[in-house]
Amino acid sequence: MKTAEIAALLDEPACAHNRGPKSGCARLKPGATAGGCSFDGAQIVLFPIADAAHIVHGPIACAGSSWNGRGALSSGPDFHRLGMTTDLTEQDIIMGRGEKRLLFGIKQAVERYRPAAVFVYQTCVPAATGDDLATVCRTAAEAWGTPVIPVDAAGFYGTKNLGNRIAGETLVRHVVGTREPASVPPGLFPPEVRVHDVALIGEFNIAGEFWHVQPLLEELGLRILCTLSGDARFAQVQTLHRSRATMLVCSKALINVTRLLQERYGTPWFEGSFYGIRDTSAALREFARLLDDFDLAARTEALIAREEAAIRQTLAPLAARLAGKRVLLYTGGVKSWSVVSALQDLGMEVVATGTRKSTEGDKARIRELMGRDAIMIDEGNPKVLAGLAEAQRADLIMAGGRNMFTALKSRLPFLDINQEREAAYAGYRGMEVLARQLLATLESPVWAAVRQPAPWETGPNEG
Amino acid sequence: MAILYQRKKALAVRPVKSSQPVGAALAFQGMDRAIPLLHGSQGCTAFAKVFFVRHFREPIPLQTTAMDQVSTVMGGDDNILEALKTISSGSRPGMIGLITTGLTEIQGSDIRRVVKTFREQAPTATDVVPVACPDFTGCLETGYARAVEAMIDTLVAESGPRESTDGPPRVTLLPGAHLTPGDVEALKEMVAAFGLQPVAVPDLSLSLDGHLEPGPLTPLSPGGTPAAAVRDLATARATLVFGDALGPAADLLRRRTGVADYRFPAAMGLKATDRLLTVLGDISGQPVPESLRRDRQRLLDAMLDTHFFLTHKRVGLAGDPDFLLGWRALLGEMGLETPAVVASMGGEALLGSDFGAIQIGDLEDLEDLAVRHGVDLLLGNSHVAELAERLDRPVLRCGYPVHDRLGMPLRSWVGYRGGWLVLFDLVNTLTAHDRQRVAPYRSVFPLAAAV
Repeated sequence: MKTAEIAALLDEPACAHNRGPKSGCARLKPGATAGGCSFDGAQIVLFPIADAAHIVHGPIACAGSSWNGRGALSSGPDFHRLGMTTDLTEQDIIMGRGEKRLLFGIKQAVERYRPAAVFVYQTCVPAATGDDLATVCRTAAEAWGTPVIPVDAAGFYGTKNLGNRIAGETLVRHVVGTREPASVPPGLFPPEVRVHDVALIGEFNIAGEFWHVQPLLEELGLRILCTLSGDARFAQVQTLHRSRATMLVCSKALINVTRLLQERYGTPWFEGSFYGIRDTSAALREFARLLDDFDLAARTEALIAREEAAIRQTLAPLAARLAGKRVLLYTGGVKSWSVVSALQDLGMEVVATGTRKSTEGDKARIRELMGRDAIMIDEGNPKVLAGLAEAQRADLIMAGGRNMFTALKSRLPFLDINQEREAAYAGYRGMEVLARQLLATLESPVWAAVRQPAPWETGPNEG
Repeated sequence: MAILYQRKKALAVRPVKSSQPVGAALAFQGMDRAIPLLHGSQGCTAFAKVFFVRHFREPIPLQTTAMDQVSTVMGGDDNILEALKTISSGSRPGMIGLITTGLTEIQGSDIRRVVKTFREQAPTATDVVPVACPDFTGCLETGYARAVEAMIDTLVAESGPRESTDGPPRVTLLPGAHLTPGDVEALKEMVAAFGLQPVAVPDLSLSLDGHLEPGPLTPLSPGGTPAAAVRDLATARATLVFGDALGPAADLLRRRTGVADYRFPAAMGLKATDRLLTVLGDISGQPVPESLRRDRQRLLDAMLDTHFFLTHKRVGLAGDPDFLLGWRALLGEMGLETPAVVASMGGEALLGSDFGAIQIGDLEDLEDLAVRHGVDLLLGNSHVAELAERLDRPVLRCGYPVHDRLGMPLRSWVGYRGGWLVLFDLVNTLTAHDRQRVAPYRSVFPLAAAV
């Protein structure tokens, strides 16, 4: 990929960061950088397309320690967990045999697994030696009659976020609009219900959490053409252009996809979240509003009333135990405010929130929820987080898995809020899961044990 | 002699191999207050970090030189220098491991020269150990071994053997990547039982053993062998080497110090442990301590109790060469068969082993072999465990990574004690899954007795 193309991808008109003094993303600092590369970002977005083969073209480091490592669940095929890689050898690189290995690798994948499509991921080494992915993919697609899509997101192009965008752009350019959706079979809904086609962008079905939400959308007559990309199928992505309303679930990762869909197909979109009672209800209302269906709006209100009443009843005894507990939240992007609202729904107090990957819009929402003086953590290294937790008398740190040890080694309760987690927090029902997980760490008797010195280190000697 | 079948497929599917840089990063975790620095794009570091965090459930110090498009084309020397300066001035580590990756190897990055430049600019700064570690060759075990070799190369001066002046006679351990922190601890305890002072390079039992430090979290390894102890390796009475991958490192150490070495595959099972203790007896001039004799009797008894269940059972396993060779010794002396073996790479040691046939390949190969030959049990990491679930076979988890079970790092597989635990685990795993009962037969006649 050319430098100009990367610059164009970093220039995202729909992103609020763009209007600030520094456009795009700052240069990485050697020796003080955390987070994944562009290849990582691309595979996060595309791998959940579960009936496609995903071939990582490179030596073993790229796929060898990362394959099948994420929590995006599929309800059917699981080709995304196959960990396919050309596993390039020294001889492949010296003799220039990488392209040939890739071509036959695609053949092997197509013949054994019969995938709906093949995604091929460029990585650092073949990008530097100049393997021509596009030509290999075109040749393979013609030879074996399966769509083969090159994803040019080698690690050294930049950050994980850039990889997210490259992946989104790849889908819009190569996949979206290449198939029409099937017609809705008659008799699924009463005749007065109009079925609308919608889509969700940036929803990854981590730990299966979207399955808390999907039944509600379908009950309202919303057919999800595609989620990008949790539990997605290749054919669904192809029909994305027919969506009548799109919800952007993770603000930064795929904002370019929603913008491109609007530009090309006029699809209206909104940004929302399924974390928390208020936000889940707001997202449902927003669909009804964008779809401009009065009857849908009425049915949505009825559903919200029913679900909110049910979950509030379930949560009441749990929330009583959580009330007033102080949380230090450190996460990025949309979760910096969406989780705040979820925690406030449980009667908890959020003492500070992270804004590392948040847009100006995200920050405005944070102020709305937490007040003008909300403490925002821009760069939360372990020292900053531990210090802030102590100063703010936090009862709990809620952050991504990489910060788990910041909390645990400081002997503080912790809850994982990022992709690696194994609990499903989305939707109304996800709130109960969240409340129970919070109580499991907050009320554990282990904290007393780990905070006390060993008996022989203090106090009178019994012997 | 085993037959090695080379990789023939274009694609690896469900790989069993992890990269050399990952292995090198692991070796530095066992050095005191150390931090490895991967010279590559930031993803190499992020993937390696997540890989080990999920296995150990511990923080993993690891940094990156954050190569981008410009430094990939124009050269990454400045990235190295900037990273070394940032790390050494910030957290004042005891050692930095500078590890190349595939990208910077094909670039031809001359890390030794850059380290020299850094030394000139900052003469008092911490030790920097450069490790050449491309990921298009080798595997986790060889990357780890290259790091150990590089530590010796950087820190151990040319000298003759010297006697240590303080404490009991020293013995150096070079434990391979296939040994857990629990294994390293068990080996050290056996050495100490002979009145010897063990020094392990590296020593994961002091860092990744899952312990709670009294102080706050640091960005460095929370323990391990200090660089000073590596400088003193010439004062050891002998070196014990565990794993074939460490051969070049052991050769270098012997050349530098003249200290005699003894090499073992892994010390799993009866015979391997017998040999280890015989060697320790020779080195120390002491008889085998009573507690270890008692342990041996226990292992013998466990072998008797478990043999009904284990002999002739068929095992499928996949992993790096030293991992496989360690297991082969124990499985072989219990009469288990290994019809389905997949190795991440080949080598002389595997060729000379008593495995029948070994496929160099991936877990897709293991699946095909396991189905074709029929296996009663699978051995391997969490990915192998998933395969076992799909094939409805029992599995004993071991190796890297195991992220769906807790406590693996403290688990020990070596010595008599490790041996009997493994035997019991093998039996319990098999019987928990046992479905081979005779199907009940219903007589064709009505109830024969008169009512």
